[in-house]
Amino acid sequence: MTKVTLEVNGKKVSKEVPDHTLLSVFLRDNLNLTGTHVGCDTSQCGACVVHVNGKSIKSCSTLAADVEGSKVTTIEGLAKDGKLHPMQAAFKKTHGLQCGYCTPGMVMSAVDLLQTKKNPSDQEIREWLEGNICRCTGYQNIVAAVKEAATKM
Amino acid sequence: MKSFNYHAPKDVKDASKLASSNSAFLAGGMTTIPSMKLGLASYKDVIDIKNIKKLSGIKVSGKSVTIGATTKHAEVAASKDVKKAIPALAKLAGNIGDAQVRNRGTIGGSISNNDPSACYPSACMALNAVIHTNKRKIDADKFFTGMFETALKSGELVEAVEFEIPEKADYQKHPNPASRYAIIGVFVAKHKKDVNVAVTGAKSCVYIDQDLSKKLSSNFSVSAIEGMEVKSSGMNSDMHASAEYRANLVSLYAKKAVEAC
Repeated sequence: MTKVTLEVNGKKVSKEVPDHTLLSVFLRDNLNLTGTHVGCDTSQCGACVVHVNGKSIKSCSTLAADVEGSKVTTIEGLAKDGKLHPMQAAFKKTHGLQCGYCTPGMVMSAVDLLQTKKNPSDQEIREWLEGNICRCTGYQNIVAAVKEAATKM
Repeated sequence: MKSFNYHAPKDVKDASKLASSNSAFLAGGMTTIPSMKLGLASYKDVIDIKNIKKLSGIKVSGKSVTIGATTKHAEVAASKDVKKAIPALAKLAGNIGDAQVRNRGTIGGSISNNDPSACYPSACMALNAVIHTNKRKIDADKFFTGMFETALKSGELVEAVEFEIPEKADYQKHPNPASRYAIIGVFVAKHKKDVNVAVTGAKSCVYIDQDLSKKLSSNFSVSAIEGMEVKSSGMNSDMHASAEYRANLVSLYAKKAVEAC
């Protein structure tokens, strides 16, 4: 067992968990933050993307113990005071989702992109989202959502 | 995933002491964790080396670029120093996997794993890299010994990779569209005296194509290798590409790389 202390969505949390606990499991099972989805569980689909110290990573391929002491942001941490984050609002407005399973990861990846590139081209958006797989939308409206959010962020 | 004991030592000595035949060093974990999850690997001890400060960072001297083992692909891709000294290396790092993999994956992890389709081993071979471990220095051509095999001994840890700065270089990859691993990747580096053409993805282990290297050493131009046939013997054949297709890609991508130099 190992003690993992993190700041998740601004709140300090500390839990004793088995050493091999994945960050995705820690978030979902120990903290009940089930907005972080597990899709493929082999680090290809990106449904599990969260931010660790501001950078997007795949939480299903990261040990909770490995990010000890870090600041973690999940999809639940984006909306402030009941108001959607501009990226969430843009996904809603442009209908950048259908079933919604991949959406938390898509949104977290896209937010990370706009942190480093304020006005990405379609090509840059598509390249950045290579690690996020969506089986519904055909990606067009996801790209449109990121472009829309870029005008608001 | 089977249970294990997690350790996060602060220096190389402690990391080395914890190592055994039933342990693994953990850097970014982009291969180690999925392998353990799939049951392809299991260890009694997992030794996380991220807290060992001296293993991270990029140093450029007049002749070489040295990258610490735990330096992430995203850091290499964004490094102004690497972009200036060996732009092809920054380009290679910026096209490994996807953005989230590049935020975690490390150069030390990539070369220690020596996946036959990994990008970094080709840069090591073409740029006459020296692999610094906690025990010795190993030349790249002695380091990569076979499929997922390296010269590393039990408990031996890669500390840094030192690349020779070439006159010109370029890396061209034909990625698998799903995994972004190289179906084939060709790293061409023109040094003062000779040219190295390193190929990854084509065979069970990265290698230098001697014929292409020789031709380009005497005449560094696309026309020098125009029409040269790359033999498909010993090349991988799988659902993604036949050996013959891979051989053709090597020839094509070598020309692309020379053109881009």
